[in-house]
Amino acid sequence: MKLRNNPAISSLLMVSPLAAILLIFLVLPIVLIVIVSFWRATEFSIVPAFEFDNYEFLFGSSVTYTVFFNTFKYALITWACTLLIGFTVAYYLAFHIRTLTWQIALFLLCTIPFWTSNIIRMISWIPFLGRKGIANSTLMSWGAIDVPIEWLLFSDFAVILAFVHLYTLFMVVPIFNTMMRIDKSLIEAARDAGANGAQILWNVIIPLTKPGIMIGTIFVVTLVMGDFITVRFMSGSQSANVGRLISNDIALLQYPSASATAIVLLLTVLITIGTLLRFVDIRKEL
Amino acid sequence: MSNQDLELVSVTKRYGETVAVDAINYRFKSDSYTCLLGPSGCGKSSTLRMIAGHESVSDGSIVLDGRDISVLPPAQRGTAMMFQNYALFPHLSVLDNVAFSLKMKGVDTAKRHGEARDMLALVDLTDFADRLPDQLSGGQQQRVALARALITRPQVLLLDEPLSALDPFLRIRMRGELRKLQKELGISFIHVTHGQDEALALADDIIVMNNAVIEQAGPARDVFNAPQTKFVAQFMGGHNVIALPDGHFAIRADAVAVTAPTKGAVEGNVTAVEYQGTHVSVSARITGDQDVLALIPDTTFFANPHNPGDRIGLHWDASNQHKLIA
Repeated sequence: MKLRNNPAISSLLMVSPLAAILLIFLVLPIVLIVIVSFWRATEFSIVPAFEFDNYEFLFGSSVTYTVFFNTFKYALITWACTLLIGFTVAYYLAFHIRTLTWQIALFLLCTIPFWTSNIIRMISWIPFLGRKGIANSTLMSWGAIDVPIEWLLFSDFAVILAFVHLYTLFMVVPIFNTMMRIDKSLIEAARDAGANGAQILWNVIIPLTKPGIMIGTIFVVTLVMGDFITVRFMSGSQSANVGRLISNDIALLQYPSASATAIVLLLTVLITIGTLLRFVDIRKEL
Repeated sequence: MSNQDLELVSVTKRYGETVAVDAINYRFKSDSYTCLLGPSGCGKSSTLRMIAGHESVSDGSIVLDGRDISVLPPAQRGTAMMFQNYALFPHLSVLDNVAFSLKMKGVDTAKRHGEARDMLALVDLTDFADRLPDQLSGGQQQRVALARALITRPQVLLLDEPLSALDPFLRIRMRGELRKLQKELGISFIHVTHGQDEALALADDIIVMNNAVIEQAGPARDVFNAPQTKFVAQFMGGHNVIALPDGHFAIRADAVAVTAPTKGAVEGNVTAVEYQGTHVSVSARITGDQDVLALIPDTTFFANPHNPGDRIGLHWDASNQHKLIA
């Protein structure tokens, strides 16, 4: 009885399941990765050690910089496209659809592609974009082009197209969520003060939607920066990002090198998000 | 200020099959405080929102200063609206909230902030210019909303239940401030409310609405003193509605006197007596099972007290008996 009545102990008990899960499945693996990243690897063995060889090699290689640049490029372009599409879709759902029933119905419609797996959604682009795919043959039958467009598939274009396809919903959901909380009378008040549509968008809706945009940004940026399978499939193994670098190292059993790259990627993503969060306060949304 | 005249000409609002406002006509007096009074769903808010331009007019026109404003966007009408929940922009400081309409017009920062500060001085909020709306009390938020509406120099200020979010004490104080401000500015205020005490305290003219039409409109005293319909008599309160051989009549409860059984206009049995401080309310049942309430000054009552069950007469001046047309 005494134990149950002690608020300090009961709150400790309540917090411990989550703390235990986070400790075992998040903190511990990361600590292990950090440790392994300092180990020594040769062609045939991995030796526990504490040396900076993996990092030295990583930062000494020009491939690293190219690959990190590529990763940022994918993240930035995907972010811009998903933001544009996501904001527009959310805006339409939140402000142009009048009834809640239709809002919910159309919102669910947006989620239908998510009933299939990432891989299937990715692969389904291949017959569409290929050299003899639907896109090329349609364009040729219209006479718009004479020879098939080569860069539709197995290119950066295809990679970004797939990213945008896969991740736009992660932008739509938080932005829609934030927009639904905007008091409609604020928009009337803005109109009463003489604001036109563009001014309302810029001065009222966008500032009030910032937290949602930021949460969507975190989703998209972390997903794209951590991805390796989309890049492999859609670029036909012709492009690389950091994720692929790590996955190749793992395939070659170069765990220390993979760990070092993973740690650098993790820090890069954390710094990116930390920088973003300095601009927008998302606490109200959580 | 210019000699503005706002007139509603057969203004109608339909939502599909439902008629929210049914062809109402009214001419607002210049520089006056008018209250649109009625129960919820009577069409008073729709009327206000049509005047403001936040609701389209299904039929009829709204004329201000001789021009039909019913198709103009809100900002070009010469009206400004103060919203029920104030609708302050949560991401902008008090100063920027007030300066918002000037920013939309493209006025440069220094000038619009100067004007906004003048407005804040008018509503006594100079010291709060840099706060966010969240950091203000309800009464302060309301004054910011007022300043934001007034900075557009409207000819008519529209207030949508402005006092409903405040506690009773603050409500009475703010209503005094609103009245004072209307006199100082010399513009028309149109104020939507469902509280008859609020309307009586504030308004020069009262428009009582019910079921999408105007039941009665006129100076506050006339509407209270001489209701024309049963609805108005009951909604304004303090009235008896009695069916007499030649029709229905409204008689103010405080105009009814208690007399000896044979000396009154009607006879009845006392059913309840309630002491209310300055007055005593005496309920009596008269012929036809009708209840009549007499509000008697306490000294008069206690000089000749009655108890439930007593047979009494009820008397009133014929001038206090107002025939109801509906």
